[in-house]
Amino acid sequence: MSSENRVTINGEAHPLPDDPRVSLLDMLRHNLGLTGTKKGCDHGQCGACTVMVNGVRINSCLTLAVMHDGDEVTTIEGLGTAEEPSALQQAFVDHDAYQCGYCTPGQICSATAMLEEIANGWPSDASENLDGTMKPSAEEIRERMSGNICRCGAYANILAAITEVASGEPA
Amino acid sequence: MRPFDYQRADSRDHAGQLTAGEHAQAIAGGTNLLDLMKLQVETPQTLVDINRLGHREIEDRDDGGMWIGALATNTETAVHPRVRSDYPVLARAILAGATQQLRNRATTGGNLCQRTRCYYFTNIDQPCNKREPGSGCGAIEGIAKLHAVLGASSQCIATYPGDMAVAMSALDAQVEIAGADGGTRTVPVRDFHRLPGDTPWKDNVLEPGDLITGVTLPPPVKGRQLYRKVRERSSYAFALCSVAAIVAMDGDTIARADLAFGGLAHKPWHDPEVGQVLIGQKPGADLFNRAADVLLRDARGYGENDFKIPLARRTLAAVLAEATGVEL
Repeated sequence: MSSENRVTINGEAHPLPDDPRVSLLDMLRHNLGLTGTKKGCDHGQCGACTVMVNGVRINSCLTLAVMHDGDEVTTIEGLGTAEEPSALQQAFVDHDAYQCGYCTPGQICSATAMLEEIANGWPSDASENLDGTMKPSAEEIRERMSGNICRCGAYANILAAITEVASGEPA
Repeated sequence: MRPFDYQRADSRDHAGQLTAGEHAQAIAGGTNLLDLMKLQVETPQTLVDINRLGHREIEDRDDGGMWIGALATNTETAVHPRVRSDYPVLARAILAGATQQLRNRATTGGNLCQRTRCYYFTNIDQPCNKREPGSGCGAIEGIAKLHAVLGASSQCIATYPGDMAVAMSALDAQVEIAGADGGTRTVPVRDFHRLPGDTPWKDNVLEPGDLITGVTLPPPVKGRQLYRKVRERSSYAFALCSVAAIVAMDGDTIARADLAFGGLAHKPWHDPEVGQVLIGQKPGADLFNRAADVLLRDARGYGENDFKIPLARRTLAAVLAEATGVEL
């Protein structure tokens, strides 16, 4: 593996790992200490490891770090800080949208990308029409967030937090 | 995950050479392959990254059809304006599968090649003729809720799990394959996947060194396009039964009925005789039942999946009723 290979994470370039078995998730957590991204199932079923690659949300557990030469990755650490949280981070706090909090970084990364998808007019399985403006209704948000599991069952508050940011009005 | 050698292919020929080896596999999105490598169901010695080969384009064809590149993601296909307007059954089928995170990585070629979710296949402590030829089939007398009711064999009753290919089968799309010898060939999606027979380890017609380069959709046809997926929860679950339908009316009779079924067999199930029952007839419950009789004439359950036979009948009737505007 050439030392030229780099992946940019939250704006900072990092060399790719030597062992090709290292998932993007393991690179973030073990190699770089970015432990905000969580390992839940490690099989793409729970969504706790969701990050954005080139602006698109993916499961970081189901991709090899070495495949991301030249890519730009955004993790929960890149979305905001305790002092300056993103709108979704603040809304999750305001709505108590978690219990244990383990799925929360994945939920927030996923929701951040999801709001962009709705703004871009991407349809979902819940959309009545494939074309036109997509609305962040409760049904749409539930479908679009189905790749993020919350085993504490904080879904009602997660929905409220996302709805508040999506609508721009207190939910 | 077992150790492997990672290679990045820089051309189609290079990829063909690298993947022609006995223990080599191509990786595109990787969402299914890496999952199976973690379970040690797949243990390639060489992993060939084909993501730099291009083949990501989604384009119009001169005849009015479309080309979907093998490396186009499922999301890119489903949100493409022309796919949405002219091939809504394909957009709907893709959106009914997996999650947004997975669809953002999964590719056309990888989706066609995804492997069964049979619990015996994915558990290396269990017998499975598909994973380990000759070890037996645990599902036939075991847990078989997801399993086939059509076209199964005494060796394997696994189902093909995907949605996209079911819509492509109804659309009679064509898979373009580049061979290791440098030639290309075209295989209808309807013939791409195999029935298990005595060689259940062969999911499809690809040979070592073959690479899918893309899928051609024929020019769009008139009619309603529907994809109905029945599953155990309303999102992120595999189909127990799905129906992709393109149905056109001529006055009060059915003029076209291109149908394909997911969740029932080792491949997207297309039976031209089902359409023939419907064409030229007035839609109604009796007709839909006769079509289901033909579809299910050789159906066989294995205990836990017996319910799929009446479920397929009802799902077909519901889709045909919606497509033809008939109240059941």
